[in-house]
Order: sequence, then structure tokens, then C-alpha cells
Amino acid sequence: MTCCAPGVEGSLDHPLPSSEELVLSSRSVGPGLRQMDLSVPQVHCGTCITAIENALTKRPSVERARVNLSTKRLSIVWKEEVSGEPTDPVELVKAITDATGYEAHLFHDAEDAGDKVQKDLIRAVALCGFAAANIMLLSVSVWSGADTATRDLFHWISAMIAAPALIYGGRFFYRSAWAALKRGHTNMDVPIALAITLSYVVSLWETLHHASHAWFDATVSLLFFLLIGRTLDHIMRDRARSAISGLTRLSPRGAMVVAADGTREYRAVEEIRPGDKISVAAGDRVPVDSVVVSGTSDLDISIVNGESAPVSVKAGDELQAGMLNLTGSLIVKATAAAKDSFLSEVVSLMEAAEGGRARYRRFADRAAQIYSPAVHLLALVAFLSWGIIGGDWKQAMLIAIAVLIITCPCALGLAVPVVQVVAAGRLFKNGIMVKDGSAMERLAEADTVFFDKTGTLTVGRPRVLNIGRYSREHLAVAAGLALHSKHPLSAALARAISGPVAVFDNVTELPGNGLEAQTEKGIYRLGNRRFALGMDNTASGNAASEVVLSLDHKEVAVFEFQDILRPGAPSAVEALQKMKLSAGILSGDRKAVVADLAATLGIKDWHAELSPKDKAEFCSSLAQDGKRVLMVGDGINDAPALSAAHVSMAPATAADIGRQAADFVFMHDSLEAVPMAIDVSRKAGRLIRENFALAIGYNIIAVPIALAGYATPLIAAVAMSTSSLIVVANALRLNLSVHSGADKAEAAATQPSLTEAKAA
Amino acid sequence: MNMLIYLIPIALFLGALGLLAFLWSIKTGQYEDLDGAAWRALGDEPPEDRQQHK
Repeated sequence: MTCCAPGVEGSLDHPLPSSEELVLSSRSVGPGLRQMDLSVPQVHCGTCITAIENALTKRPSVERARVNLSTKRLSIVWKEEVSGEPTDPVELVKAITDATGYEAHLFHDAEDAGDKVQKDLIRAVALCGFAAANIMLLSVSVWSGADTATRDLFHWISAMIAAPALIYGGRFFYRSAWAALKRGHTNMDVPIALAITLSYVVSLWETLHHASHAWFDATVSLLFFLLIGRTLDHIMRDRARSAISGLTRLSPRGAMVVAADGTREYRAVEEIRPGDKISVAAGDRVPVDSVVVSGTSDLDISIVNGESAPVSVKAGDELQAGMLNLTGSLIVKATAAAKDSFLSEVVSLMEAAEGGRARYRRFADRAAQIYSPAVHLLALVAFLSWGIIGGDWKQAMLIAIAVLIITCPCALGLAVPVVQVVAAGRLFKNGIMVKDGSAMERLAEADTVFFDKTGTLTVGRPRVLNIGRYSREHLAVAAGLALHSKHPLSAALARAISGPVAVFDNVTELPGNGLEAQTEKGIYRLGNRRFALGMDNTASGNAASEVVLSLDHKEVAVFEFQDILRPGAPSAVEALQKMKLSAGILSGDRKAVVADLAATLGIKDWHAELSPKDKAEFCSSLAQDGKRVLMVGDGINDAPALSAAHVSMAPATAADIGRQAADFVFMHDSLEAVPMAIDVSRKAGRLIRENFALAIGYNIIAVPIALAGYATPLIAAVAMSTSSLIVVANALRLNLSVHSGADKAEAAATQPSLTEAKAA
Repeated sequence: MNMLIYLIPIALFLGALGLLAFLWSIKTGQYEDLDGAAWRALGDEPPEDRQQHK
């Protein structure tokens, strides 16, 4: 019980989803039963499974709970009510946190469709594998000299096995080839579909005429290899997508609407209309653009514009969707529906700023553009020249088909997906998700890296700088007060001060100002300078980075804060510079803060006070100069830049929209993920090129054999299997070469979280 | 050669058996959680408890 004991991770400050939101996202699975899916990213061993499952199944309200360690997901089926009492699902989420100290995120289960295709593909692979193995067995006996009647029998059995495989397994290629042809294009699937159909038809013809050569084994094993490639490609995309869309904690799915008569109702965000009054409790996100009606509070707006310091708001202030309410509760009036809110503005910016993604064409597609016309031309030329010169049109037909089968991009179809799956697997083990294969190709090309500041280079969590300067007694008072607030500065202060703390029973929090406690010694205040010292004007200091402790309006201590650098940030920047990539900062925060950080990290190229639009325009202007930009960012304000850049990365803590826009998402805290992903992508790119070279080399040897008319089914089978095996073996080399480096990165990823824990 | 009349159907039947077993294993989600299954084998919870989870 060492790794998953309560309190080890200590991240209890993460806000739990609200009860209504949990109910809204769960689905009914029977009378009185509901199921919800949660993502628990930190689950990693058998003890975690038992701890979570036992903690949940112990509760009378839980019907069953099951952890999936591979996907780090947990599904709970709970009873809507137990002996008349309705169940509060928040209790269940709390039980997980209590038992293990892990965070549980709401998981939105929306990718059933992808799952179905994947299962179809795997079934097709299984069927084709069965067919290929059996036909190959029969073929071996034919090759080793089965006599006429037996050979015909074997050919007929092969034809019968191959037919269903061709229909069931070939439909993926037929469909894709047809779709391409309809639009007047050609892709890799066109020669594939042609080769398998023609070879089957001709083999059937040959069998009918008791001929000695049939190609059934080539047809089906070709299909088998190609389906493996197709399935791997699909699985990789699916896994990344589900892992990324699985964390939807930042976008509120509903909000508490207060009706005119005071009744409260929890409504989905889409159903909120302008003019509705909404109650936003401390810890909630603002669901739509709105104006504060009553109440004061501090808001964390880092996700919206990158500003790291919380902002205090009062009645009349305007709020934007996505801001996080920290201290007091607010009543706000919606000024825009969800679809017209700040978020959707960002979405339209993103659509306008369609970056490298849309223009980029995958390497395999570009190869196919040249490859398939060349192959078709070659087969046609072979057919015509053998027909005209030799005069035997049937022989010419057979040779043309042999050319098609031999050149069929079997190795090519495997060359790319195998490498990308192996690379994605390496990245996945290091907590990096890849959206699709083209992202890796684009990342390998990147030559410029731009980081967002708040939440990307920094963790967006402040740290106390000068704690050693004050006496134990004052620290105890400050910590005792700070414990009562959710304000990030208070939370940081409370975390930083260890040992016994003073206990107050009469603490009031004045949102936007600070905390106040009545004691025998007098009135202690902890908060901004103006509030703590009872002054009207803000004399000196910066409200964003200091907290003042006062006794009867006299200054006792001033705590200074600074945002903590994300672990691994300095080494990541250094590694990037070593890789000859230029690094820069694009931030929405104030100039002074950004300049400070840039100096710490040794980054010369920084830009501050940028709006989301500025960021996106900056990225596209660089693209016009021929630069390929990797954008790393997390906020809503980064989303347009993320989609404008050639390739993009976001941390898992990013806003939902940012994660959706990014090509890569990294789950660990450390920023080392960035150079690591670039390194793996570059290696993968090199291997893909090698594989293409191997496949082309094989064609250079095999095509003349086919053209000369010497390609018997035996030669085709041997040549095809060898080339596929070589390509797969070459792809697996990635595992060997990255192995040592990846383990180092893994160690580095755990290291900073330890140091961070010490600092906190 | 008459042996082939028995042997080929037997060979195909056995192959099909393997195929069906694989399709069954996909359908019942045997590959859903490979990492978890490895750990669960080591767990000391009684079998009836495990059935309840399932």
C-alpha cells in the first residue's frame, strides 16, 4: 500500500465535479441504476485497483465498480436511491480520492462509433488470418507437386475460403478506393482493390480450366497484411482520441439557474439564455459570458487570457465563459448564450486560422499519388507489350496481374502504420498522446517552438518566496488564516507552511479582499495590502504577488509569491536549443512578468500582452515566412494559435478546447515531454523513409521478375512475406533505439514531482 | 488420397474453432484491460467477489 496510500499525491485541492453535473453525464442502465465513467489518470498498479474497487463496493449505493488499468478509467454503476435516500454521486468521487488520493475526472463517453470500426477491423483481420493460413497450407502442397485432381480440389477449396475473406476483409479497401475514384482521385487503396479483385478472378478462371497456377494465397495474404496495417493505424488514432476527450473537467456542462421566484434549477449550458440569472459557487467555472449581479469574489482568469494573477470582481463587472470562481459565490446574469460566448468566438478564430493540419498531406498519401499511377501504367504496358509482341493475350493478362500483385503496396501499407504505432506506443508510455500519424510527421519538421506562459511554462500555481524571513509564531497565524480560503495565494501559503498552525474559530472571508479573524490579541487580517492595513489607496507593492498579514492594521509580515516553473521547463528549453530549434514565448500576461520568466529560462524571443487573435496571427505570419511552428499552450486563448501552428502540443491540464485543438497532449507535469516527442517523431520519420526505401528496393528487384513472366505464385508469396517482415522488423528498431532515452525521460518525469512536493 | 476427404475438413474445422475462440474473446472483452488483468491475477480477493465485479 505504499504507492497508492491516501495523501501521497496530496492533490485534494482539485475541485470535484458537482453532483448535478455527475447525474447529467451518467446514463441509465436499468431500473434505478445509473452508470458513470470516470477517468483516473494516476491509477497504475494492482493495489490501486483493489483500493478503489473496495472503497466503492463497500458502499451500499454502489452496484458494481470496475477499474480498467489500460485505459485508466473507472466505471461505476450506482443505485439512484438506497432505502429511500437519493444517492449523491459526489460522495462516490470523494470515496476514490479518500481511498487513494487520486483525482477523478468526469469522462464523457462519446466514441462508441470508433470502437465499432475497430472491432470490425479486428474481426476482419482474424478472418483473413484464418483464410490466409489455410490457403497457404493448401498451396504448399500444390507447390510440392500435388497431381492434377488433387491440385484442382485444393484450388477449389482455396477459392471457397478466399471468397468470404475477400468480401469481409476487402470491403474496407473497396469502400475507400471507391470514395477516392468517385472524387476523381486515386489513393493507395485503388491498386490494392484492383490487385485483390483481379487476382481472385483470374485464379478462378485458371481453376476452371485446370491450370497449374492459382493466386488465392497471394490474394488473401495480401489482404491479411494490409488489414493489419489498417487496424494498427486505426487503434492508434482511437486510443489517443479517447484519452484526450476523456478529460472534460474544465468545461462546465451545466449551471445552477435561479428563477425569478427564487427556485433553483440545474440546466445544461446549451439551455441557458441571455438574461437568465445563474448562481456561480466558489470553485465553479463561469458557464457563459455574463455580468455580475451581486456578490464579490476573486476569479482565476488564466485559462481565458493567460494572466496569472487572480482578479477580484464585484457587481457590474463583466465575466467571460471559462473563468474560475475562487472565493465568494456570485449571482450573475447571462449576457450571451453558450454558442455566442467567448468560447465560441475562439472557435470561430480557430476555424479561420486553419493551419498546417489542413494543408499538410501525409507522406504515405504523397507517395501514393506517384505510386499508384506508376503501377497501373506499368501493368498496362506489360499487358500491351506482351500481347502485341507475344500475341498470347491470356499470358499477357497473367503477367499484368502478376505485376499488380507484386507491386501491391503491401510493405508500403505496413511501413507507415507500424512505425507510427510503435512510436505512439513509446510516447504513450511517457504520457504523451498523439492524435494521428500526420501529427508526428509534422512535428518532425518543426523548426521553431513557441510556448504559452501561464499553465505551460509555469504550472499556474504560486509559491511563497520569503517564508524563512518570519518567525514561527507569525507563520502559524498566517497558515491558520490561509487555510480558510480557496484563493490560490492563500492555498499556496497554507501549503508552504509546515508544522502546527494557529486555530481560529471566527474567520470571515471578504471576497476580493482577504481573511479576517477576531482574536484576543486583536484583529488579524490576511489579504491584499489595502485591506490588511486598512488603507484606501494602494500604496506600494503589487496585489498580484504579495499577501500582507496584519494585526490591528499594522503590518506583521509580507509574503511574496512567484509562479512556479513547470518541472523540466529549463532542461526542456535547453534540450530544444541543443536540437537546433529556436524557442520563444507567446503570452497574454503582462510584459514585466513575461520578461522575467524569459530571462530565467534564457529565451530571447518573447511577446507579451497578446490577444488570442494576435497569437494566431503571429503563428500564421511565421508560417508565411516558411517557418514550421510548434505551439505549446494550454489556455482557451491559445486555442486559435494551436490550430494556426504547423503542429501543436498541450498539457493534460489544458482547457478542453485547447486539448481538442492540439495534436499532442502530455499527461505528466514535466515539460521534458516536448523535446522527447520531437525526438521520437524525428526517429519515426527517419524509419518511415527507410521503410519506403526498402519497399522500393524490393520492387526494383521483384518487378523485372514479374515483367519477364517468371513470377509464379510461389515466388510472389515468398517475396511479399519477406518484404513485409523486413519492414516490420525495421519499424521495431524504434523500440530499441528509444528505449534508453525514454526511460531517462520517465525518470525525469517522476523526479520533478518529488521536488515539487518538497517545495510545497 | 482418400484420407484427404477426412483430413481437410478436420483441419478446416480445427482452424475455424480457433477463429471462433478468438472472435468470442473479442466479443466478451477479454482484451479490454490487459494491464489490469495481469494485476488482478495476483489479487487475493475471493473468486465470488471477482464475479460480482464482472
